Amino acid sequence: MTDPAEDVVLSVENLSIDFRLRTHILHAVENVSFDLKRGQTLCLVGESGSGKSVTARSLLQIVDRPGSIVGGRILLRNGGAVTDIARLDPDGQAMRAIRGRRIGLIFQEPMSSLSPVHTIGSQIIEAVRLHSDLDKRAARAKTVELLRQVEIPNPDQMADRYTFEFSGGMRQRAMIAMALAGNPDILIADEPTTALDVTTQAEILDLIKRLQVERGMAMLLITHDMGIVAEVADDVAVMRFGRIVERGPVDAIYHDAQHPYTRQLLASTVKLTRHVEGRLPAVAVASQPLRPILSVRNLGKTFGWHGKTNSLRAVDDANFDLYPGENLGIVGESGSGKTTLGRLILRTVEPTTGSVIYHNKDSSEVEVTSLTKKELRGFHREVRLVFQDPFASLNPRMTVKEVIGDPLVVNGLAKGKVLEERVAELMRLVGLDPMGMERYPHAFSGGQRQRIGIARALALDPRIIIADEATSALDVSIRSQILDLLLDIRQRLNLSFIFISHDISVVRYFCDRVAVMHRGKIVELGEAEQICTAPQEAYTKSLISAVPNPDPRDKRMLHRHRFVAPVL
Amino acid sequence: MLGYIFKRVLYMIPTLFGMSLISFLIIQLPPGDYLTSMIATMSDSGQAVDPAQIERLKEIYGFDDPFYIQYLKWIWGIVSRGDFGHSFEWNQPVSGLIWGRMGSTLVISLLSLLFVWIVALPIGIYSAVRRHSISDHVFTFFGFIGLAVPNFILALVLMYVAYRYLGQSVGGLNSPEFAEAPWSLAKVGDFLAHLWIPIIIIGASGTAALIRVLRANLTDELHKPYVITARAKGLPEYKVILKYPVRIALNPFVSAIGWVLPHLVSGVTITAIVLNLPTAGPLLFRALVSQDMYLAGSFILLLSALTLVGMLLSDLLLALLDPRIRFN
Repeated sequence: MTDPAEDVVLSVENLSIDFRLRTHILHAVENVSFDLKRGQTLCLVGESGSGKSVTARSLLQIVDRPGSIVGGRILLRNGGAVTDIARLDPDGQAMRAIRGRRIGLIFQEPMSSLSPVHTIGSQIIEAVRLHSDLDKRAARAKTVELLRQVEIPNPDQMADRYTFEFSGGMRQRAMIAMALAGNPDILIADEPTTALDVTTQAEILDLIKRLQVERGMAMLLITHDMGIVAEVADDVAVMRFGRIVERGPVDAIYHDAQHPYTRQLLASTVKLTRHVEGRLPAVAVASQPLRPILSVRNLGKTFGWHGKTNSLRAVDDANFDLYPGENLGIVGESGSGKTTLGRLILRTVEPTTGSVIYHNKDSSEVEVTSLTKKELRGFHREVRLVFQDPFASLNPRMTVKEVIGDPLVVNGLAKGKVLEERVAELMRLVGLDPMGMERYPHAFSGGQRQRIGIARALALDPRIIIADEATSALDVSIRSQILDLLLDIRQRLNLSFIFISHDISVVRYFCDRVAVMHRGKIVELGEAEQICTAPQEAYTKSLISAVPNPDPRDKRMLHRHRFVAPVL
Repeated sequence: MLGYIFKRVLYMIPTLFGMSLISFLIIQLPPGDYLTSMIATMSDSGQAVDPAQIERLKEIYGFDDPFYIQYLKWIWGIVSRGDFGHSFEWNQPVSGLIWGRMGSTLVISLLSLLFVWIVALPIGIYSAVRRHSISDHVFTFFGFIGLAVPNFILALVLMYVAYRYLGQSVGGLNSPEFAEAPWSLAKVGDFLAHLWIPIIIIGASGTAALIRVLRANLTDELHKPYVITARAKGLPEYKVILKYPVRIALNPFVSAIGWVLPHLVSGVTITAIVLNLPTAGPLLFRALVSQDMYLAGSFILLLSALTLVGMLLSDLLLALLDPRIRFN
């Protein structure tokens, strides 16, 4: 081994970044220090707004205005020479020579981080030629070679395709190829897999890891997911409010965390690797078999009408029962039809085939698929929806009182003083202070907004709540709070949940039974514990084993099941 | 792509047919026809009107035929022999009158379009990149003036300036001494000297509008992740901006081809009258006033055809520029 100090390719010392806003100065990053070592991965972990992305961008001096580096050094080592990036002119030649050539960057959103109007090849060729004196032909040959390295099939033809012809995972591969075009010795990956499905995520992480080892690159991986950190990190730095609160080798962080925030972060992650304890659904404690509250039979939806080749079976022959007081999870990757299934039940999308039978309180049965528009409104009073995006699903021009009370007003159930009391009661139920009812949604954080959305869903005393990715947009610590809130409400109001999610850990924690969807079909349906620990179907196995395990001593992803879907 | 062009051209045929029908209908709408307005003028000036001659003219022009026969005769003449009918007021075939006017209209349109592009592109980019800087505010100020001031007032001001301070002959596209002269180098020079006023005036509002559109579009694009990707590659800043966000914000520029032609004919007729430009607008205006139906109808038909061609061109260019459109 060489002297360990020589392995350090980049060291950040006491870096501070300020954003000069109109009213005040925001200290986005304060006194941050870390080292990147050759062939090693440093994970920068933190929740949204902790300053981790800004830190990463400052290494390339591409922080958006009005942000600027106000203190500290970023030392880039090259053999014996040392350059302080923080002192370089952001628009200067010296800085540009570092971008792409010494430090490569991969981003979160593969959808929008590549130009939609240039071919994949032309964008990579540009990066290749920028940092070498290859002519066009040679640069193209190198590009094809890079695409092959990132395991894109038929790289020669794919180079001439446009971004929108690539799937999310393929785009991220192309992005990686571009980041590698200048042969950088440092790779920054900013939430590289957050927008991807778990199985794609596992593949991309594998790929990044393999390329890093092959090329001996130093890597800075930014993520909010403690599971990913455990799978790939050598060292970890935990960020909060612009400061690094704890730093150390991955094993020490996970098994001997010192800072309370680190422990809290780990606890909320680990909590989600098990089913919730001590709370049994009504169906389990009932002495006699219960009647389902909702029965879905042979439900299907086909989009498109150009015969067999052009039509898409978004949902294909779905069958399940929902029991009173039960949480039924529907998991699947993007495009598996889980969201469509939820909409079919509410009939916001008309089903092509099948039936949905709803059992009223007076134990009469209602065939939802044949309800008239007016009758459907009655059904919608009892089956409510909670949305994914807590920012987009609340009207910014309505006060919280109006938002929560709206279903009551629309249905003519309450007004004036009674309405106000009901809203206050609902707000208390979801853990919000009723004093805030005159305020507008922008005054609330993401987690609080999601509570408002839940209160709105509860306003009409529903019996079933369909939650579509209701916790996906939330940070992990907030996520478990919201799940606990929902569990608590279920207990108190005897609700049933249909919980649609791509996040297996959330489903495992929250749901009693789980339906796994793949290409429109429910491939497996069973007890949550059984699905997550002893899956039967090949697809479920691959899905479960691709979920990162937040324990660096047990890296599950490395020996995961791979599932190759049969060609349709 | 070829299939797409073919399909688009095919779609143009029924559209053109419908447009011809509508334009013929519109010029028939006002009560009376050219003869009644001619009779009125003649009796006003005390001339005797011979009823027999009126009858003869009516028969020649076919004014007594039902609407659809008149229409079919007219359209058949155009399709079969390129005969657009007869202008009553000018007493010569419409086609002879029209082509000269259409030619100058086209030249002025294209030059104004070029002017709009050349001015709006750099200013729009600059305004977006240096948003809220002093120069952006200055451009914005002039942009709003360009949008708000009526064209003909701008025309009068510029004519005054050109005449008073530059000593130019203003109005029209040529000085009087060159009006009937054959084309020569001197005449071209004179033509160009006259051209700047109409181009600036006609282009002013379009330029201002496009600057605003480009600024808004580009501002949206500038902070997209793909721009940061380009920057992180190590591209110089000007290249980052010109190659990526500008390329995507460029769509309204191309769409401008589609609207600049109809705008030029209908929107700036007053300007053209003030500036005494030999474009289609003033002639069309006069033809409509005197109910010179074949002249007016042919103008409207040709202009709509040109608009269609402009739309087609802009759509094709858009497809060329943006692969997302091409593949849908």
